[in-house]
Amino acid sequence: MKVLKVQKPGLFTTIQDLGRYGYLRFGVPISGAMDKFSLIAANLLVENDTNDACIETTLTGPELQAWEKTQIAITGGDCSPKINNQSAPMWQTLTVQEGDIVSFGRMESGCRAYISIRGGIDAPLILGSRSTYARGKFGGIGGRQLKTGDLINAFDASSLETVYEMPKETIPQFSSNLRINVLLGPQADMFTEEGVETFLSSQYKVTLEADRMGYRLEGPIIDHKERADTVSDGLLPGAIQVPKNGKPILIMRDAQTTGGYLKIAVASTPDIDALGQAKPNDTIEFSKVTIQEAHGKMREYNELLCALREKLRKTN
Amino acid sequence: MSQRATSSSFSAPGREIGLYAAARYLPLGDCALLIEFGNTINPTANRKVISLDQAIARAGIKGIEETVPTYRSLLVRYDPTKIAYGQLIARVKDLEDTMEKSSPEAIGRVVTIPVVYGGEYGPDLGFVAQCHGLAEEQVVKLHSGQKYRVYMLGFVAGFPYMGEVADEIATPRLETPRVKVPAGSVGIAEKQTGIYSCEAPGGWRIIGRTPLRLFNPHQEPPTLLEPGDIVTFEPISENAFKASIEEQTR
Repeated sequence: MKVLKVQKPGLFTTIQDLGRYGYLRFGVPISGAMDKFSLIAANLLVENDTNDACIETTLTGPELQAWEKTQIAITGGDCSPKINNQSAPMWQTLTVQEGDIVSFGRMESGCRAYISIRGGIDAPLILGSRSTYARGKFGGIGGRQLKTGDLINAFDASSLETVYEMPKETIPQFSSNLRINVLLGPQADMFTEEGVETFLSSQYKVTLEADRMGYRLEGPIIDHKERADTVSDGLLPGAIQVPKNGKPILIMRDAQTTGGYLKIAVASTPDIDALGQAKPNDTIEFSKVTIQEAHGKMREYNELLCALREKLRKTN
Repeated sequence: MSQRATSSSFSAPGREIGLYAAARYLPLGDCALLIEFGNTINPTANRKVISLDQAIARAGIKGIEETVPTYRSLLVRYDPTKIAYGQLIARVKDLEDTMEKSSPEAIGRVVTIPVVYGGEYGPDLGFVAQCHGLAEEQVVKLHSGQKYRVYMLGFVAGFPYMGEVADEIATPRLETPRVKVPAGSVGIAEKQTGIYSCEAPGGWRIIGRTPLRLFNPHQEPPTLLEPGDIVTFEPISENAFKASIEEQTR
């Protein structure tokens, strides 16, 4: 079922779901939404499955035309959405009629927005996921970012009777000054004590070299004890590696699966979603947590995600 | 093209440098555990990695989501809401201990990779030969004259890191990496040899190209090779290479 036509693609707009799991051993990254919380919320607002594929926008959003009547929801960073040039609310169910134009204005906060479509986007399942992995040229539509003229299909689903709205207190606030919890290791012992102290007490800035693979950060130099590299080993999103120049690189969803730079720390799972909304010039400060604390935060986050469906307010 | 074989053909006495007396268990964030057996590239550490990987797969532990074997460590991704961290470590340690006692050899398939060496397919073959005072044919003979162990797959999907090439042909990487290396390119970086599974930027010295497809996301599993496999290279002619490519596209 054709639902949306891409009139303008935006800066970097892709199809993403919650990711491709089980293929790291083959060198295939997990990919998936940079901010999973917002993707899940977008899906719930149109009664989709949490893992259904959505559109992920980056800074400059696309312009989309509805091919037929459907329901959508827009979540994530505040992207000033409009329907037929009239400002439209985020974090709630929206009905668009055939021919309606969905467009976006200034990114007021965050970096990425998510557009869910009732029924979920119908893109081929590749290795268990519909997520686009642009570097590997597979997933989503043609393994690439959306371009003008693309038709986005959705699975058939009945029209919703209910309009949902996310309660204000549950909507994440995307600040340009992030505080991120990290678990030190696995190679924190390869840095000097002062190096680790510098990492934990300084402010780092996201540079222009920031995309779905990772962000290069600018800030005080982190000293290694001796070597800056190691025998290549496994990498996961959230890992913070420090190459010879002492400036951290944050690994994100599309990053390579193995690497040889030393990893000083790894961001806690809920905070990786917040990092997915960071944009160039945002600042990041890292706070150390223990593994028990990290697991506690993850449990809370999972509970919040599980309760999200019940928290949605019905407005009609 | 593939047969079962034990990797005991890789006896490597005196290669224990860089092997830890006891494996190190390190957290990689709140969802992964890294088990390190050493700090260098050596077959013994990698055999332990693969043995533990296989033992974990057999044990089917609830809460372990996937594993990533690499040169000298195994990454275990788990769901902390399904298994407690302490319990995870205890279960994996148990497996590691029994694995040590019964010392099973990692068993891999033997896979032969056809390669057209030199010319436009192997632009660095001449450099590698020159570097070591050899004729190009001698480099081909040395590279294709032995078995290699697939230590891991990584950086891009399906790229096998293999070792170790003879000292006579070990060559450092390019100083400036190429922007694009074609899929199928066979390269050398120091004592490692590898195959570009997709077109990618890279700095390995390219000595040839295989017509085989090493990564196909529409297949399960998506890669031709897996860690622990044993690889040999078979020199083929340019005509045989072209015929093989044609056959695949038919």
